[in-house]
Amino acid sequence: MTLPKGPSAGLLLLIFAVALALFFGAPLGELAWRSLSAADGGLTLAHYAEYLTSPGLQRSLVNTAVLGAWVVALVTPAAFLIAYGLERTRLPLKGMLASLAAAPLLVPSLLPALALVYLFGRQGLLKPMLGGWTIYGAPGLVIADSIAALPHAVVILRTALSGADARLYEQAKLLGASGWKRFWTITLPGCRHGLVAAALVVFALTIADVGAPKVVGGGFDVLALDIYKQVIGQQNFEMGAVVAIMLLLPTAAAILFERHAASRQAASVSAQAKAYHPEPDRGRDLVVGIGCVLIALAIAAVMATAQLAAVVRQWPYDLSLTGIHYDFDRYDGGGWSAITNSVMLALVTAVVGTVLAFVGAYLAERSQAGRGLKRVYSVLALGPAAVPGLALGLGFALFFNDPANPLHLIYGTVGILIAANVVHFFTVAHLTSVSMLKSLDPAFEPAARVLGRGGLTLFGRVIAPLSAPALVEIALYLFVNAMTTVSVVVFLYPPEFKLAAVAVLNMDDAGDSAPAAAMGMLILYVNIAARIVGGLALRRLARRSTPVETPDTVLAGVAP
Amino acid sequence: MGRWHHGLAIAGLILVGGCSRPERLVVYTAAEADQIPAYTASFKKAHPEIELVWVRDSTGVVTAKLLAEKKAPQADAVFALAATSMMQLDSQGLLGPYTPKGAERLDPRFRDTQQPAHWTGEALWSALICANTHELSQRGLPVPTSWEDLTKPIYKGMIAMPNPASSGTGLLAVGAWLQMFGEDRGWAYMDRLNSNIVSYDHSGSKPCKDAARGEVPIGISIDYRAAQEKGAGLPLAVVVPTEGVGWDVEASGVIAHAKHEQAARTFVDWAMSDDAMRLYARNFSLVGAPGVAQPVPNLPADLSTHLAKVDLRWTGQNRDRIITEWTRRYDSKSAPKQ
Repeated sequence: MTLPKGPSAGLLLLIFAVALALFFGAPLGELAWRSLSAADGGLTLAHYAEYLTSPGLQRSLVNTAVLGAWVVALVTPAAFLIAYGLERTRLPLKGMLASLAAAPLLVPSLLPALALVYLFGRQGLLKPMLGGWTIYGAPGLVIADSIAALPHAVVILRTALSGADARLYEQAKLLGASGWKRFWTITLPGCRHGLVAAALVVFALTIADVGAPKVVGGGFDVLALDIYKQVIGQQNFEMGAVVAIMLLLPTAAAILFERHAASRQAASVSAQAKAYHPEPDRGRDLVVGIGCVLIALAIAAVMATAQLAAVVRQWPYDLSLTGIHYDFDRYDGGGWSAITNSVMLALVTAVVGTVLAFVGAYLAERSQAGRGLKRVYSVLALGPAAVPGLALGLGFALFFNDPANPLHLIYGTVGILIAANVVHFFTVAHLTSVSMLKSLDPAFEPAARVLGRGGLTLFGRVIAPLSAPALVEIALYLFVNAMTTVSVVVFLYPPEFKLAAVAVLNMDDAGDSAPAAAMGMLILYVNIAARIVGGLALRRLARRSTPVETPDTVLAGVAP
Repeated sequence: MGRWHHGLAIAGLILVGGCSRPERLVVYTAAEADQIPAYTASFKKAHPEIELVWVRDSTGVVTAKLLAEKKAPQADAVFALAATSMMQLDSQGLLGPYTPKGAERLDPRFRDTQQPAHWTGEALWSALICANTHELSQRGLPVPTSWEDLTKPIYKGMIAMPNPASSGTGLLAVGAWLQMFGEDRGWAYMDRLNSNIVSYDHSGSKPCKDAARGEVPIGISIDYRAAQEKGAGLPLAVVVPTEGVGWDVEASGVIAHAKHEQAARTFVDWAMSDDAMRLYARNFSLVGAPGVAQPVPNLPADLSTHLAKVDLRWTGQNRDRIITEWTRRYDSKSAPKQ
């Protein structure tokens, strides 16, 4: 029982690094290679030239940028308002507000878009409010993607707002600064890194989303939709790779910049800081409260509409209730097995991903492996967050479909879905593990050596149990994301293993939007159940040990 | 000893069980999702030793997928794919020669001219107009009766049609316009139609489903879906345009050098059997075998007399060119504002 000592820990970490290189680096390399390879095997820029000269591209590029900018402009203030309400006011029912603001995380981005069609489409409940406008195109896309991105921004801004130093506010008050002035001079500057990070993450998430553009895009083409059309509609993988690279570049730039901002944010609160507790302020609570209620109601209305659409016989002509849309075998998408398949995939992803990320992080943070290797691994582990799911999924399809590849045997199996999901969400799992491990006393390892205990004993008996709350959080994060993601699996799922989130997309494609809404809401309920189970586990753990702070920023911050 | 025997018997059972597990036959199809359960049940009854794994998508996607997998085919057989697509696949050497049992009795429109055949057809389907009578009368608009009607400015922003790149129904509609009106006038017609179109949809069913629920009042769509939606009691008029309707044939074939070639042939035999034909006859007004067809509820009885004079071979040979030109003209152009 003396496994991860010097050399063996190094060997293990090397295996981890090689695995990441194979399942992350190589597919991306293949993607780049295919975008540059000619039919005769040589290198060429012809695909790029062809795409760049097509009239559609410039429109897609501009549209994508416009969409991203609009969503950032809407979501950042809205998320700030909610985060402010949760962290800096004395509003009642904060738990409910936090849950509603997080709800869009639990559904595929297609669902808010579907609900918008039922609310504001040509037969929408609230269509008269639009005065002749319809939801299709840019307006619907901006709203749907805003709903999908909101929870991510809220989490980042809550963390930014929770780390305030009460002493600054006390002194400002003594100097006679008004509440408004304190907000502008202390609160806003104090969370500027958080604001930048939130804006960048929202931008990256929005431009990488394929679900909402498919449902409400109308003629408003974006890059993510172009990739989907090239690969699924035309089976033109080379052209798909070209567009995927074009999408990858801005996403990667945004996320790398965000990581940079996040690392500066971490250092901005001094160790002597005094925790801030909001004082009573009726006016502030009223203004912020109204804003929060409006946003929360909008989210609740979207979810409720989707559920209503799922149980109404024929919108809008026959509003009688029916379960007929749950007879999924009558539609595309794989029937009820799509849900059970998704749950199974999410469970395996959660377990495998949590174990791999945590063990990898342990080896990279606390083992005696070589310093250079540790650095390489840490850099590799940060990569996946910067890559849109469509790009990673396409890279996987290209790399593993090659019969010459010894790993080809996982192509067309559930294995490739598990691998793609674990890699896609690896960064957050890794970073959460790292911050958990950093909070543990560095004296454990020397003590274990003195006592003659091996690394495995230490890891199994001390490190892992102490980290249990973080492990539950990571598993929950992986489960929920594996349930809702479309982009990373849409090019990979085998015909006999259909997935629920993809089924939502395929049913809507065939014009069956009510069953699509029904399936989308089932995903929500499965995820709520998972959250409840995870919450109970966390509560039990909290009773058992001293509470450990979970790095929420990391958890929901980065995951295109 | 006794235990030994027991163990052996169990091992033997497992082995036999393992061997007699049904053979998996991968079938690519563009058949409508709600038709497939009946087909699966019928085939399973006839051939329990073969398990069907369906890969279903729109015609264009299935065709593109088969072409993309040319070097390492994943499919064993193709079912209910447009004959025009089958011709394109065949020109790439993707279909193996096999004349299914009873092929000689089929309507000549449903047969490949080669001997042995590379594909055989089971049913004929067409593209017609689904018009939501409730939505149109609310706007005080008449139900269109011809293709030409659809270009009238009164229908601006009210029409959806399937994208011919992905949908077989979309392609046959475009192919028929080009052949009925002539190429130049055909494209000119589509230019005018384009200014009334709201969206070009992925599937041939979606425009009629959207018309049925009033989301887009008029949809150019597959006849089968029109009958289904009208049968569900929705306010639809199923219009056979006066100029005639375009059509194509749903066809089946065996993939060349398929992994399960024998099972694939068995499957195609079933697809051309009278049992299977009777199932198609519930969904389509014209099927391959004589004497099986019956009137389809909610479809105009005289639909088969309004079929346009269309040469499927022409559409098949020009499929790539038509789709490229269509995409150049309309796909990269954003849907018109309403």
